[in-house]
Amino acid sequence: MPHRRVIDGFTVCETLHEGGMAVLYRVERNPDDPPMLMKVPRLREGEDPAAIVSFEMEQMIMPRLSGPHVPRLIAQGGFEAQPYIVMERIEGQALSSRLRDLPLPPEEVASIGAAIADALDALHHQHVVHLDVKPANILFRETGEAVMIDFGLAHHEQLPDLMAEEFRLPYGTTPYMAPGQALGVRNDPRSDLFALGVVLYQLATADLPFGEPQHLKGVKARLWRDPVPPRRRRSSIPPWLQEIILRCLEVSPTKRHPTAAQLAFDLRHPEQVELTERAEKRSRDGYLTVLRRRLRPETFEQRAFTTARQVRSAPIIAVAIDISAVDEGLAAALRDQALRMLGNRPGARIACLNVLKTALLSIDTTLDEQGRNRHVQRLVELQHWARPLGLGESRLTFHVLESADVADAILDYARANRVDHVVLGARAESLSRRLLGSVSGKVAAEAPCSVTVVRQRHTG
Amino acid sequence: MRIALLADIHGNLEAFRACLEHARARGAERLVLLGDLVGYGADPGAVLDIAMEEVGRGAIALLGNHDEAAIATGGSGMNDMAAAAIAWTRARLTQAQRDFIADLPLTAEEEGRLYVHAEASAPARWRYVTDADAARRSMEAVHAHATFCGHVHKPGLYSLGDTGKLVGFRPVAGAPVPLARGRHWLAVLGAVGQPRDGDPSACYMMLDTGAQLQASWMRVPYDVTTAAAKIRAAGLPVGLAERLFVGR
Repeated sequence: MPHRRVIDGFTVCETLHEGGMAVLYRVERNPDDPPMLMKVPRLREGEDPAAIVSFEMEQMIMPRLSGPHVPRLIAQGGFEAQPYIVMERIEGQALSSRLRDLPLPPEEVASIGAAIADALDALHHQHVVHLDVKPANILFRETGEAVMIDFGLAHHEQLPDLMAEEFRLPYGTTPYMAPGQALGVRNDPRSDLFALGVVLYQLATADLPFGEPQHLKGVKARLWRDPVPPRRRRSSIPPWLQEIILRCLEVSPTKRHPTAAQLAFDLRHPEQVELTERAEKRSRDGYLTVLRRRLRPETFEQRAFTTARQVRSAPIIAVAIDISAVDEGLAAALRDQALRMLGNRPGARIACLNVLKTALLSIDTTLDEQGRNRHVQRLVELQHWARPLGLGESRLTFHVLESADVADAILDYARANRVDHVVLGARAESLSRRLLGSVSGKVAAEAPCSVTVVRQRHTG
Repeated sequence: MRIALLADIHGNLEAFRACLEHARARGAERLVLLGDLVGYGADPGAVLDIAMEEVGRGAIALLGNHDEAAIATGGSGMNDMAAAAIAWTRARLTQAQRDFIADLPLTAEEEGRLYVHAEASAPARWRYVTDADAARRSMEAVHAHATFCGHVHKPGLYSLGDTGKLVGFRPVAGAPVPLARGRHWLAVLGAVGQPRDGDPSACYMMLDTGAQLQASWMRVPYDVTTAAAKIRAAGLPVGLAERLFVGR
């Protein structure tokens, strides 16, 4: 057996990957440790100095990240001796391993995309913009969660941005880079949504929307030259998927989804995606339109503390409406509350929920005409409730959930859709409430987000 | 170990006490006072007494330009309000307090960290680190891996890497920044007793010297109303009281 190097107690085994800026080794320490890898920067004379700085950034950012969407940090060593980062080795495959199976069916593109958007949402909530979203940097756990790796180009809004200050040229991977990023903006989380849009385009069509430019000049062309619409490349792509992909690929960040959570929401609810002219676009923009954009390209400005502000500005608010209780006063109070929470946040959206109670033990009622009618009737009533809000289709969705337990249904919905705030009405005192407990009490206690319980003021 | 770094207390007893309490509650085991204990505020004596007690227990205290002015040079070269405060302070110090100030060093160093009141290349010249050029001059003049200074009353962080590029950063309150080895760091503290960055809450730094050195700029609300009322009652310039409410 060859002699193996030991660094700070970690035995260095075989090389897993050699990248331009760093090398990854499999490492071992104790028999009961999880699978681990060690990342070591390339520091030799003549190597790109960005390799050092990007490694320093990763050493600053990784200890600040947690949760299932990033590899768990195990140890790191500084530049006074051997710099390294030891982290959990994700056993699942990278998304890049799927590139030989392209194109993927639309449903799979959407579910992969939603998982990646969840991971980006988790990063953005932790003040980080990844800035190098591409298939090789996206892994999947066996439990299905997407894991983002490689934070060497990332921006953390609460830490000095060494990459931005040291190097004038933007770093990134040219096919996936957002136009703003190509112009040097590093703190807009919507740059990651653009890159994810490129990934979705690639998964759905097997082509890259902007090719593989070798130079930054080529990257800047995406400021004015729009991609071939996905459905032109693959006619089997449904309009809703083209709508989502082209929205991600908008040059102006304000035209993209405001948050990764909202993008995930659309990918999980294709039937509720508002279709605009993007969905039906058949060809690229004409010569004159492109020329006009080229002469007056979009401008981007760097704003302070954009990541958290952007995430906060566009919450998903779920309003649970108990239609069976038909209390006009409470329904109006819920609407008032929803309007107040929308406030002056044009990115906020409302999901209207109603739970259709099903018996615990019942025969399959999916084909039951009566059941379908009840479902449709509830939807119509939700729409009736929401009409006075005066919101466009893109900010309003309707969901009739079927469950034996109302509180569980609302909680499951809030967890699966990354809801930021649940609003529900307090039921009047009743025998069933005394016997079954309060739905609002259970939701308030167990929800993964804030919960507002609305009750009409007692005037007696 | 956690170390609390306090600069520019300026005789503001309410702010000083609030920061000390805040730091102790968060596990600070060591105290470094980076100068300007007096000047502007109405409690120079009480602040000095606490500082003397803390130094007796192992704290580090450094000299600031207002401390020096209060016992030696006077307020010449200062603006009118500052000079008036120095004249007022001077008349109220005991001999023991004057002796304490006279013994304060300009700098202190421990474990590769340099503590100093003003710009470190010439500490006695009381220069401000308000821009990249001053930060570079300071970092190039010292061997320390990390320098900590005050004097400016606005938080700031500068870093100099092997490539010679200087990075400037405005710290976010309460968010720890790792000061990684392999590059030089210059951390400018906010002021305890007279913040000027638009946030009236007192500012101090919590330094964590674990596996990696981490600096957090902490903000502590304190009883501004009382501190300002004492300044007015003492007959000090009213502007010194008013600015505390707005942090300017």
